[in-house]
Amino acid sequence: MAVGFAQWGNDLYTGRRSYDIVGHRRIFYIASTILVLISAALLIKPGLNPGIEFRGGSEFVVSGIAGDRDQQLAIDTVQGIASGESPEVTNLGADSLRIQVAELTDEQVNKVGDALQAAFDVTEDEITTQFVGPTWGQDVSRKAISGILVFLVFVTVVMTIYFRNWRMALAALIALFHDLIITVGLYAGIGWEVTPATVIGFLTILGYSIYDTVVVFDKVRENTADTLDQSRFTYAEKANLAVNQTLVRSINTSVVALLPVSAILFVGAAILGAGTLRDIALALFVGMLVGAYSSIFLATPLEVTLREQEPRIKAHTAKVLAARVGVDAETVGAGGVAVPHAAAQLRPGTHLGQAAQPKRRKPSR
Amino acid sequence: MVLPFLAVFIGTKTSDATWTPKLALDLEGGTQIILTPVSTDGREPTAEDISQAINVIRQRVDGSGVSEAEISSQGGNNIVVAIPGKASDETIATVSRSSHMEFRPVLVQDYAFSAQPTQAPTAAATGEPTPDATTEPGSDETVAPAPTESADTTADATDDASAPATPEATDAPTQEPTADPTAAPQRPSEPASASDAAYWVTDEIRAQFDALDCTDPSNLGGGTSGKADAAFVSCGVDSEGNSDGLKYILGPVEIDGKEISSASSGLEVLPSGAMGNRWVVNMEFSSTGAKQFTDVTTRLATQSSPLNQFAMVLDGLVISAPSVDEPIPNGQAQISGSFNQTTAAQLANRLNFGSLPLDFKVQSEQQISATLGSEQLQKGLLAGIIGLLLVVVYSLLQYRTLGLVTVASLGIAALLTFGVITLLSWTQGYRLSLPGVAGLIVAIGITADSFIVYFERIRDELREGRTLGAAVERGWARARRTILASDAVNLIAAFVLYFLAVGGVRGFAFTLGLTTIIDVIVVFLFTHPLMELLSKTKFFSEGHPASGLDPRRLGVVGARYVGRGKVVTGRRTDVEPGDDATADAVRTPATVGARQDGLTIAERRAAQRAAEQGTTKDRAVSDAPKDDTAGDAPVEGSEH
Repeated sequence: MAVGFAQWGNDLYTGRRSYDIVGHRRIFYIASTILVLISAALLIKPGLNPGIEFRGGSEFVVSGIAGDRDQQLAIDTVQGIASGESPEVTNLGADSLRIQVAELTDEQVNKVGDALQAAFDVTEDEITTQFVGPTWGQDVSRKAISGILVFLVFVTVVMTIYFRNWRMALAALIALFHDLIITVGLYAGIGWEVTPATVIGFLTILGYSIYDTVVVFDKVRENTADTLDQSRFTYAEKANLAVNQTLVRSINTSVVALLPVSAILFVGAAILGAGTLRDIALALFVGMLVGAYSSIFLATPLEVTLREQEPRIKAHTAKVLAARVGVDAETVGAGGVAVPHAAAQLRPGTHLGQAAQPKRRKPSR
Repeated sequence: MVLPFLAVFIGTKTSDATWTPKLALDLEGGTQIILTPVSTDGREPTAEDISQAINVIRQRVDGSGVSEAEISSQGGNNIVVAIPGKASDETIATVSRSSHMEFRPVLVQDYAFSAQPTQAPTAAATGEPTPDATTEPGSDETVAPAPTESADTTADATDDASAPATPEATDAPTQEPTADPTAAPQRPSEPASASDAAYWVTDEIRAQFDALDCTDPSNLGGGTSGKADAAFVSCGVDSEGNSDGLKYILGPVEIDGKEISSASSGLEVLPSGAMGNRWVVNMEFSSTGAKQFTDVTTRLATQSSPLNQFAMVLDGLVISAPSVDEPIPNGQAQISGSFNQTTAAQLANRLNFGSLPLDFKVQSEQQISATLGSEQLQKGLLAGIIGLLLVVVYSLLQYRTLGLVTVASLGIAALLTFGVITLLSWTQGYRLSLPGVAGLIVAIGITADSFIVYFERIRDELREGRTLGAAVERGWARARRTILASDAVNLIAAFVLYFLAVGGVRGFAFTLGLTTIIDVIVVFLFTHPLMELLSKTKFFSEGHPASGLDPRRLGVVGARYVGRGKVVTGRRTDVEPGDDATADAVRTPATVGARQDGLTIAERRAAQRAAEQGTTKDRAVSDAPKDDTAGDAPVEGSEH
């Protein structure tokens, strides 16, 4: 497999095998638009399921329960003290129960804690209580949003300076929003609770998505640096070659980044149940997957679309295509056979050895 | 590399450093309370107020006997109080009590320690009964109208000099400077004024005062301000919250702290308008406060020490008790005394803070059981190990021996991260939280990516036909840029998250930023030098198939200079004989995009013929007709 993969990588690099990603960008635009729309719909219809940190309320976790975890017992215990409450009980990890109730008074919290301790026959150390005020979640969200805005401003400035081109920064930002919306939408679709941990995951995607895009764009920039000085390939073709050349890197990186995240996701979801690890991991898993997709199939095509608006590049593209039509017509004749034009890595010729030289005539004496 | 470990090693020998990082509450178990200070009069607390509020809360927590509590501000205006173990309800209530400042007249002033039963009030109203000036309990601060002259200073006994722990201090006769010689028994039914010690100092208060030992930290917690219309017993504290050696009986509240409109510190302005060389604190009252202050100072100025002092009580503790020598009419007062720049600024800050009546709103309160925490940590580490193993397997599969370089670099990065975190948890009190662990695990991927970018670049250069040495050099130059750019983005993300976010986000951002920096260090100082060394070994430079850098596998055909005057031509058939059949088919040169005038005349004619035949073998033009003997050369036309 590795041999095949390496060969595939070589072909991608030399351009012998090339996926016309930039050329088919309409397809990817449509696909992304549909995905974003679905995500937006998911965000509206089931909507995000805010965790206790965002709703406010009290939470108890009873760990170290021996034997069966009787959820009804937990509900009865809570209702025995705070009647009229409808506690939500979930299994957590191997031997824990999580009970969430609407906001209780301090006194009630203590009583419920004691009652749970007695009901499940555990020690005091094994009861975890949490109380969250109703405005705390708003505070967290507000901070997160202001964090995002500041981050975006910084990144736009840094990328504009680094690539010396604001269109690249804009394309990266659009890809970033695409990743974020799809991830949040999917999270809403799955219906897991949004906790501060989830928010951490979302915020990380910001960094990761940009990171991934920067690596691809770096190659695009390198490949297209001399576009205007030659007339063999258009800007789009050179950019497409860059995407193909970094494809192997993108795949390797994504796999390597996703492996540990999926390990957390597995451990978090299968063993621990709801909790920080699981929430972070899901957000990251989806975000990284979408981020890898968008850095290849969305960011670069977008960048090309935007860059082709530049008058110089527009003129250059027209020139190259015109020249090509002329050549094609001349060589292929009236048949009008199109020759595929995809950029390929240029290679210097090599010396073929003396055998390739014309035979020397025998000196005629 | 070894520096953090060396530091920790020295730490373990000389101090309380440990070989493992300290854990945060969510892993260790404990109580975490998040408070937001909310001012009752709608003003926004400033950053300065928050840090003062933290001081106040720290005092309370220390006073409540909880050790090792951590109090920090997060995300601008939240205060996070982390208490290991299970916190009692009283502790939580104490911590979240609202904070308040008020002005009360001083009735009785004494040394901080719990005195021997006091003798009957002596008539000595002022006097200097102490033989030693350093133990004199007089206030060293005076308040005067600002910015007029303030030549009237009391003896500049420094705070520290009056430390109550000195043996002679314990022996010092407790002076009883109540200005009321008519003695306590006949208590007037109506207070003459707030300074009327005879009325306010009841037996009960007296007993309380006598029992008060301000050297006991539990009495320095503050928090309770007492009833506004009754006498109140309190300790004096310095800016660190330690006892300043004095305790007080104070009269009822006369001015509320919120009447201060501003306070600032600066050098004294002499009557001549020139700058003096003493540090003073300037205080300005609002219009209501100015009136009250005029009344108070008018009355106090006529009294004798210590009744001529008023105490500024912040959070139930006396932060300053200057004496008044003359009425201060315009609400602008200047406190002078033995200040230096720092202490003056600190007092001004505390006055400003006191001018803001604060309630502490409990945003979240969490008690985490130790069992749950350790389970989370275990599983988190398990996930990390699984993730790391998967990454190792994948990179070995992809990069063969080169994968080992990845593994070694990851190992070094992991060690370094561990060392730095341990060091930070020792020196800076950093604690590893669960989101922090998640950040570390995520960092595995991001760190490994740097190596992947680097290796892919080297491979690219090899494909261009360079020797390994040159490929490493050029690949590095290009990869370095990419790695730096992408890590810069990561670092920005980490910084922004760290400084703007609250709660667990910070722990995550911290580890993310830390590992990004370590990633750069490892790539620059370990992976790249290692690659340079490896590129000189025979195994790698000759492109052993297991090295992961075999040029032939990377599709290099044709002549290739391998150094030392040797040129290798053609494919290496001895390596993958089975591959040849397929390789021939695939290894047709890339003509896509090549211009037709790169072809020979014969080839062009052939192509033309093919086109005229009307078949759609257009692909054939580009793919088929070239064979290996043509090599790659004809593909490349001239570049225009």
